[in-house]
Amino acid sequence: MEKWSLMTITVLLALTVRWTVSLGSYSGAGKPPMYGDYEAQRHWQEVTYNLPIRQWYFNTSDNNLLYWGLDYPPLTAYHSFLCAYVAKLINPDWIALHTSRGYESQSHKLFMRTTVFVADLLIYIPAVILYCCSLKETSTKKKVSSALCILLYPGLILIDHGHFQYNSVSLGFALWGVLCLSYDWDLLGSAAFCLALNYKQMELYHSLPFFCYLLGKCFKKGLKGKGLLLLIKLAGTVVASFAVCWLPFCTDVEQIMQDKVANIWCSLSVLIKIKNVVSPQTQLKLSFAVTFLSLLPTCIKLTVQPSLRGFKLTLVSCALSFFLFSFQVHEKSILLVSVPVCLIINEVPFMATWFLLVSTFSMLPLLLKDGLLLPYAVTTLAFLSACVASFAIFEKTSAKDLQLKPFSQSLRGYVSWFKLFPKIVRSLFLLSVTLMGVLSVMSAAVHPPQRFPDLFPVSVSSISCLHFLFFLVYFNVIILWDSKNSRNQKKVS
Amino acid sequence: MRTQRRGGATRFKLCGRAAPLVLRMCGLSAGARNGGRRLELELVPRPGARRLLPQVPPHPHVTFCSHSTDFEVHRNWLAITHNLPLSQWYYEATSEWTLDYPPFFAWFEYALSHIAKYFDPKMLVIENLNYTSPATIFFQRFSVIFTDLLFIYAVRECCRCVNGKRAAKDILEKPTFILAVLLMWNFGLLIVDHIHFQYNGFLFGLMLLSVARLCQKRYLEGALLFAVLLHFKHIYVYVAPAYGIYLLRSYCFTASNADGSAKWRSFSFLRITLLGLIVCLVSALSLGPFIVLGQLPQVISRLFPFKRGLCHAYWAPNFWALYSAVDKALTVIGLKYNFLDPTKIPKASMTGGLVQEFQHTVLPSVTPLATLICTFISILPSVFCLWFKPQGPRGFLQCLVLCALSSFMFGWHVHEKAILLAILPLSLLSVQRAKDAGIYLILTTTGHFSLFPLLFTAPELPIKILLMLLFSVYSFSSLKSLYRREKPLLNWLETIYLIHLVPLEIFCEIVFPLTPWKLRFPFVPLLLTSVYCAVGIMYAWLKLYISVLSERTSARQKAE
Repeated sequence: MEKWSLMTITVLLALTVRWTVSLGSYSGAGKPPMYGDYEAQRHWQEVTYNLPIRQWYFNTSDNNLLYWGLDYPPLTAYHSFLCAYVAKLINPDWIALHTSRGYESQSHKLFMRTTVFVADLLIYIPAVILYCCSLKETSTKKKVSSALCILLYPGLILIDHGHFQYNSVSLGFALWGVLCLSYDWDLLGSAAFCLALNYKQMELYHSLPFFCYLLGKCFKKGLKGKGLLLLIKLAGTVVASFAVCWLPFCTDVEQIMQDKVANIWCSLSVLIKIKNVVSPQTQLKLSFAVTFLSLLPTCIKLTVQPSLRGFKLTLVSCALSFFLFSFQVHEKSILLVSVPVCLIINEVPFMATWFLLVSTFSMLPLLLKDGLLLPYAVTTLAFLSACVASFAIFEKTSAKDLQLKPFSQSLRGYVSWFKLFPKIVRSLFLLSVTLMGVLSVMSAAVHPPQRFPDLFPVSVSSISCLHFLFFLVYFNVIILWDSKNSRNQKKVS
Repeated sequence: MRTQRRGGATRFKLCGRAAPLVLRMCGLSAGARNGGRRLELELVPRPGARRLLPQVPPHPHVTFCSHSTDFEVHRNWLAITHNLPLSQWYYEATSEWTLDYPPFFAWFEYALSHIAKYFDPKMLVIENLNYTSPATIFFQRFSVIFTDLLFIYAVRECCRCVNGKRAAKDILEKPTFILAVLLMWNFGLLIVDHIHFQYNGFLFGLMLLSVARLCQKRYLEGALLFAVLLHFKHIYVYVAPAYGIYLLRSYCFTASNADGSAKWRSFSFLRITLLGLIVCLVSALSLGPFIVLGQLPQVISRLFPFKRGLCHAYWAPNFWALYSAVDKALTVIGLKYNFLDPTKIPKASMTGGLVQEFQHTVLPSVTPLATLICTFISILPSVFCLWFKPQGPRGFLQCLVLCALSSFMFGWHVHEKAILLAILPLSLLSVQRAKDAGIYLILTTTGHFSLFPLLFTAPELPIKILLMLLFSVYSFSSLKSLYRREKPLLNWLETIYLIHLVPLEIFCEIVFPLTPWKLRFPFVPLLLTSVYCAVGIMYAWLKLYISVLSERTSARQKAE
């Protein structure tokens, strides 16, 4: 069959799954007074449509920031405004100021779901398809199966189309950035990433690799000639795209920034009062130091040897470090790690599949709260079978397939169990999948003992955390041991 | 190298076989969705929104799910068979959805009800009309998915019967793989079973299994399976002539003359006795208790309700749809130019949509007997062909499809879902010969399109369009690549016809509801869909008939 028809089928399949999941429940459905993310998005539409742009981010009599105040950068606000405009055309009640608070109805749900669906279809899915088509040295079939697996990744589907958020927009923009960089369109790439950053500040997780990669590229070209020019152009693009996004707010930028920073500090102090273990300052410093240290090696490596492959891997490891070590991380932030992992699914299919499964599992408590157990189970199984069918992951567990060859070579002589390595890895995988399955079933079906009401969520997060630490080590190892020699060897062989 | 490739093959087969199950589960995840329209033609979904997941308390605004009438039909049958003794199964009439399937299906519901009581005993109370709790929905939906396993097994058996002459290197281009996907991802079966609600999956599983057994020359097994199937759902009686003649010709006559006619001396009395014994035993098992109770007439009257109208509420796209449309057009023209007297026109127009005795105004009205005769006559040539030009399993399949299509074209009160009876067996033929593949594409596309009105709520619109596109893109591209070396599967006229389904759908679902005619002529989209599809299905039927009848013996023998 031809490539286009296979790709069409893949996209249609992805869309079908998305829409079917969206028929389920969403966060905070029928739970006054605060509801959930669904109500937050609706409220932003209400605010952006009815208030002048100057008041969007400020507490006024019409805009109570304590009730889902707008806390994302301007692009989100513009998107809400656009959606609100359409909503107004269909039913003005949906976004009426004050009176629409907590509005829920069948048709409104349909509308909100459609907005996510359209955003996904316009931004995220084309980026994934183009990315998979641009993969080098792979057969058509491999490209299609990568696209299938990436598009079927349950985490993003469940959070966006089930829980209700627009992650696919910011992640899609980031993907467009990666895509442009892989075609050497550095300016477009940085502009796309700026858009992502201006949609959700969480994209800062990805900013370091982007920065290091582009900087490394400039260094490579020589900082006195072309490199400098490129650097200036890049800086110009970034400043320009930020300026465009923030233009309507130009007079208030400082204030908004201060406001937000203050907010972060406030919330931090609240958090730490509860913890009351280490002094806030120490803890903050500690977490900063740990994050920084864990980021440092890979980033330096990327700056010194900028390569596309290294860039993708560094995206993963940096986002993972941020996720693990920084303060105030939401469980949904794991999506920021998962999408870069999706990008390397054709290179290390086994590890990528494993990671993506764990990442979906780590959001289980949230999904259970939203009533998304069935979509979770079905999409996860579908994803697993898609990966097994298209990549034969169980046959690719040798050290070479896991890109660990250079590492194992450097260890040769010290360790002798490398022959058993594929088997060990495979049984570890099976063990972890079984564990996740059992825990999923238990948290869905069994009531926790009264003494430990949080038993299941806590064990879910601690198990996921252990997994993530392991993955952090793994990704760091393959980045740091990925030398030019090994690539040369590949070419020779 | 070889093992590696084989590994790949199984993997993809896994993909082809496991994935539909997952999709079926996705249908489950959306809960019991609407689509019920057994008798009414209403465009407003019923109230009674429910959600599936037990963790969250019900909230009326949140879900799209409302229960389908077929969903309630089967719940009612569960309750009837669970609570009442055998003697009252076919008399009970608390709900309007009385038991109107043959006894084996009733026994099937009886068996299910004993599992159902562990999910929610309240669904087994006969008086609990329209009862839908999350547990009920989960149980009912899951029972469909679970019984679908038989369908999957049958598909596997059918794939074994397809000859692998065109063994391609690429698994995606193997006829068996294509057949497996065409059957298991069949759009019609997916939406009728898992979104609308019915148990066609395992019934078609039984049929395909019996076909596969006949192809494997395990005739008695095939006959037994078909006899059992008949007592599960009697609609399969439409294809019984194909089975009867084929068994008689290929099994009871052990040899043929050189020119293909039957050698009368080779007739085996033992074999026909065996066949008769099987049919009688199965019938005795099924109907016996009712004969003993003296309830046979009651059972028969429940099974064949001829009081229903010629056309279903939404006209199935068959000959009678065209007939009624012509009648309607003539009426309108006649009224406009005063050829007709408005006072004499009966009020029962088709706008109401309720099933009733339906009078044609200009053309003569059609009686059940007339449809019966038409069906009989239209089936006859194909049966003759099977008798006089035996071609083994291929001929049998052709005759089976023709029987199904002919009865669909001319039957009394045909449901649009009955088109699946022709589409599924034709899938088997489509992967073996380019000519059949062309017909298959026309028939599936129009037939599936005609199922669209089954799902009519807004949330279901994307699902049906996406699934339809998914199936159509796959069937077109895979069959095209399978017959890459032969001439195009469709000619320009057929292509234009199929392409125009897209504007038709856009008009019916998007443009028309925005126009002021929506209130005055709510039936227009359904009428257009039904008439347009009727043309395509009629065309496919004729084309298949012509190709079967004009097939020459030499070509046949070569093929064999």
